[in-house]
Amino acid sequence: MDALALEATQPKRATPPTASPSSAPVKRPKPAKKTKKAVVFFEVEILDAKTKDKLCFLDKVSELHSSTMYPQWYPARQSIRLDPKGKSLKDEDVLQQLPVGTTATFYFRDLGAQISWVTVFLTEYAGPLVIYLLFYFRVPFIYAPKYDFTTSKHWVVHLACMCHSFHYVKRLLETLFVHRFSHGTMPLRNIFKNCAYYWGFAAWMAYYINHPLYTPPIYGEQQVTLALVIFLFCQIGNFSIHITLRNLRPPGSKTRKIPYPTKNPFTWIFLLVSCPNYTYELGSWVSFTMMTQCLPVAFFTFVGFVQMTVWAKGKHRSYLKEFRDYPPLRSPILPFVL
Amino acid sequence: MASSEEDGSVEEKENNNKKRSKSAIATAWLTFYNITMTAGWLVLAVAMARFYIQKGNHRGLYKSISRTLKFFQTFALLEVVHCAVGIVRTSVIVTGVQVCSRIFMVWFVANSIKQIQNEESVVLFLVVWTVTEITRYSFYTFSLLNHLPYFIKWARYNMFIVMYPLGVAGELITIYTALPYVRKSGMFSMRLPNKYNVSFDYYIFLIIVMLSYIPLFPQLYFHMLRQRRKVLHGEVIVEKDD
Repeated sequence: MDALALEATQPKRATPPTASPSSAPVKRPKPAKKTKKAVVFFEVEILDAKTKDKLCFLDKVSELHSSTMYPQWYPARQSIRLDPKGKSLKDEDVLQQLPVGTTATFYFRDLGAQISWVTVFLTEYAGPLVIYLLFYFRVPFIYAPKYDFTTSKHWVVHLACMCHSFHYVKRLLETLFVHRFSHGTMPLRNIFKNCAYYWGFAAWMAYYINHPLYTPPIYGEQQVTLALVIFLFCQIGNFSIHITLRNLRPPGSKTRKIPYPTKNPFTWIFLLVSCPNYTYELGSWVSFTMMTQCLPVAFFTFVGFVQMTVWAKGKHRSYLKEFRDYPPLRSPILPFVL
Repeated sequence: MASSEEDGSVEEKENNNKKRSKSAIATAWLTFYNITMTAGWLVLAVAMARFYIQKGNHRGLYKSISRTLKFFQTFALLEVVHCAVGIVRTSVIVTGVQVCSRIFMVWFVANSIKQIQNEESVVLFLVVWTVTEITRYSFYTFSLLNHLPYFIKWARYNMFIVMYPLGVAGELITIYTALPYVRKSGMFSMRLPNKYNVSFDYYIFLIIVMLSYIPLFPQLYFHMLRQRRKVLHGEVIVEKDD
């Protein structure tokens, strides 16, 4: 205890800032301590990952608290890691369990301004809901003045509005009551990117579907009815998957488990696919394209498909890496194909 | 316009024989590609100079070189593939944007809107492109052959300072001059009602393209300025650290 306190009061003996750019944490041999209690105290130094400047030095640390010396770097935007180029440590990591000696060197990186996932989701989903309705009700300055506040004479246009609105209301409710997020926050600039994408596409689609010169689908009632059935099927499916995923994780936790089919037939797709929520989402938008027969909707569906495939492949890869016994029959997003 | 290669980037030495022979093939191909492109743009330069000397003015100049221009500028699409495959260490997106803007100017403006082919602004950007591309491709060629004369390096990292703004001016003026003809002919446009429930107005699209120069051009320009400082400054200042 004394030896430790002695070293702790002489922080200058720690690695000098202009030392060689080695990335290994500094470990110094410690004399064996004889204490009555089995509490191990750590010395912790935190260096900036890029400049290797010493940001703070903490002695007699038994837990790693967030730094109070740099208050503008609130915890959500701190990335602490063992190696300057390595992965971030998680909030739940405990100092005692990390592969460091009793002197721990951590590297700090500022992740930039952060915003919560919930905020981003709510904003990016509320936009399309409102924007589509503006076009549906033919608010002034969008179409020619003689059409202001008129309604379309095609029943498919009303149906499309209901489906589109239902979809986004469902997403908003899921964000509030169903999803259990792994991360609390994401970089702030994401909200601008995501909103531009969702709001932009919503406006582009809604403009044509609610246009006075809209042309209904070629195959008429058959095409629209089939599309509606598929749409509802996929909405229920997507919701079922979200509920199943939620139930994998106890409230407030961030555990990860392999999802399996449940009694709900909509979850049986887990036999063939790792991310069936994306599969059902794709199905919803394909059916909406069929329902409206609108090229911008097809375009939106395609772009969404590309993005979801990228996410599904990533998720599939993480599952394979994390779980030895991961079912081999599953594909990331499309059964047997992708 | 000019692509940005990371000069002085450190490639890790691969011990694997397969990797070594693969990069030998890649180097051979890239050398061949860059020599071909240098030659192509030189041919264009000579053809344009000859035309102007013989005729005395630029009327008909575009027509006379249009086939060669279309061939070599379209061939440059390969550069996006080079980045995607990884044999050239540049961002696919940056290269893609640059090549696409060239393809757009050649095929969707100069080639399609015949009435503007004799404009001075067309000659302006053709000359700028020719000078820039000859410099750029010979720079790559000599770099690959590990024998880069200083004046080529100097040209690559200094001429753009004047060439970029001139080229942008030529392109923008050309598009602006083309607008009335696009409006009148309604080319590449689609109106409602139609069974795809979509519309496209090429006139508005061209205006949006012109506006997009405002955010994009400064980014490319400052990127090149930063590259210039890194490459040319690195010469002047003696070994700093690591």
